[in-house]
Amino acid sequence: MYKYDQYDQAIVDARVDEFRDQVQRRLAGEITEDQFKPLRLMNGLYLQLHAYMLRVAIPYGTLDSRQMRMLAHIARKYDKDYGHFTTRQNIQYNWIKLEDAPDILADLATVEMHAIQTSGNCIRNISSDQFAGAAADEVTDPRPWAELLRQWSTFHPEFSYLPRKFKIAVIAAEEDRAAVKLHDIGIQIHRNAAGEVGARIFVGGGMGRTPMVAPVIREFVPIGDLLSYVEACLRVYNRYGRRDNIYKARIKILVHEIGAEEYARQVEEEWAHVKTLGLDPSPGEFERIAAFFAPPAFETGLADTVDRSDPDFALWLDQNVKAHKQPGYAIVNISLKPVGGIPGDASSAQIDLMADLAERYGLDELRVTHAQNIVLPHVKKADLYAVWQALDAAGLASANLDLISDIIACPGLDYCSLANARSIPVAQKIAERFASLDRQRDLGELKLKISGCINACGHHHAGHIGILGVDRKGVENYQLLLGGSGAEDASLGRITGPGFSEDGVVDAVERAVEKYRELREDGERFLDTYRRVGFEPFKEAIYG
Amino acid sequence: MADFLRFRDDAPHEEPAVTLDAFLGQSNATAVRLESDEDARKLIPQLGQLALIEIAFPKFRDGRGYSAARILREAGYAGELRAAGDVLVDQIPLMRRCGFDSFAPDAAIDPDALTRALGRYDHVYQKAADGRSPVWALRHG
Repeated sequence: MYKYDQYDQAIVDARVDEFRDQVQRRLAGEITEDQFKPLRLMNGLYLQLHAYMLRVAIPYGTLDSRQMRMLAHIARKYDKDYGHFTTRQNIQYNWIKLEDAPDILADLATVEMHAIQTSGNCIRNISSDQFAGAAADEVTDPRPWAELLRQWSTFHPEFSYLPRKFKIAVIAAEEDRAAVKLHDIGIQIHRNAAGEVGARIFVGGGMGRTPMVAPVIREFVPIGDLLSYVEACLRVYNRYGRRDNIYKARIKILVHEIGAEEYARQVEEEWAHVKTLGLDPSPGEFERIAAFFAPPAFETGLADTVDRSDPDFALWLDQNVKAHKQPGYAIVNISLKPVGGIPGDASSAQIDLMADLAERYGLDELRVTHAQNIVLPHVKKADLYAVWQALDAAGLASANLDLISDIIACPGLDYCSLANARSIPVAQKIAERFASLDRQRDLGELKLKISGCINACGHHHAGHIGILGVDRKGVENYQLLLGGSGAEDASLGRITGPGFSEDGVVDAVERAVEKYRELREDGERFLDTYRRVGFEPFKEAIYG
Repeated sequence: MADFLRFRDDAPHEEPAVTLDAFLGQSNATAVRLESDEDARKLIPQLGQLALIEIAFPKFRDGRGYSAARILREAGYAGELRAAGDVLVDQIPLMRRCGFDSFAPDAAIDPDALTRALGRYDHVYQKAADGRSPVWALRHG
């Protein structure tokens, strides 16, 4: 894991001081709420329906037990004893007092954490593959690249007042676990024909009210040129992205309006200039960062056998535990989606427990996933049963990873001032309808995603089944979408037709999945069947 | 004389700034004002004759002027570069990094808050137009 040096620490400490100053000026009435808003937003502090919400950055979703315990401490001391893990691999706290925010940042800074650029029209937290460093299919660990980008984007003087927010994700495997094609910039580390490692650059993806899958604008950027290339991408956007309409201000609209080829041409032209400015760090800096992500001290000669005699453990093992590149180790996925729970929420006690397990059994590492779950990336197979028992006792052993009840949901109208409809109760009702694990397992991988408004924080466009809450004449109404994917086969879901009531949409989901059971061929997931047979049979099943 | 914040030792330039269109059409002006949607690169062929370039910030959220400033500094412009309009104290450190050395804010800036803001960060992560060494260079210095 990356460790701060004196420079990183000084910058984060200065940020605490700066935000304390800004909050004091606001509390003293020296600046208006309108002037304060962009300042607090740049630090992840939103004014929501009931209170301030603070979003804390978890760069590329990686943290250690000490940092995880700090997240529990903040929930306990400043919030209502829980936190909410988000689709950008961050955590947010829903019940924060403005006057406490500087103290929270000071606490975070003691464990090399911050809330810098977790909102605002700037470059947001860099996201990545939650299995980085553990996955068998990766070309290299993507996180050194993500850390390089984190540092470059932090207080970037030119790109702090972009037309709109800007999200970057980095992966280094063919399987896309970070939805890179649905980001403003998606970076896929790969090898070119000469065997050199570099970056494939996707630009202009996104969800929101105008969802787009990002085109490739450059097949290969050498590592030594990455920052200057991304700088050129951002400069073209900062100069020419639309500022006349907030709904057309994301880079996807610029790329769509001028075309990917023309955008790529402008970037090349800008890059030819920018590359001469000496913006790219020396190779030694990349090596310094990469050394922090060297593989941990794995034990060798461990057995790969696991005692499966406890049937509940065996179910969890089959569903939530994934293959690790190191013999004798496994990747443990902790589902934050218990039936009846709030997707992504965890109590302070649960957060502490996950920290304890990481420290004792997981080489002190945890990850947050964009699907709002937690990962222990490096667990010895011999310890899996003990880990499962501890998780089970804490209500954290739901064996539903990637099944229909592993739902992504935004906070919705229960918390969010932008929402048109509630998301959480819909997620809970669907999870309850499909509570039988046998039934869920029979349905197989099925990614269901719910957003409470058109901004699509719940990724409904990318759900195999997506649900979008809208306000229809003062009544919550839910549209159903089918056929989306946020993975390497990225696609956007299609709206089935007229919307439903809260209970009606649960029934509609059930009719869709029953149709899938009827039509599926061997080994097909819901998405595969949908793609093979098309939209019509499902539409007919849903609307009769 | 309006209220300027200047970070230059030379005397303020007295000639009023003309519009970009007027500048491109007249060969001898020494001061020009760029609106936020105008292309700073159009000035590059004639940078040598300019002593003052003023860049408009109609709203603090409109960040195009940051790119314009860097483009002008990267092209070698050494004269006065002024940010004018909705310029807030917390933006001035970023603007300084992009090459602005003069400010004409619509609303008065609290000098104490400005001093604190400008002195707060001892280190920066990226190279920009202000000549500061980024931490990646310091680490390997």
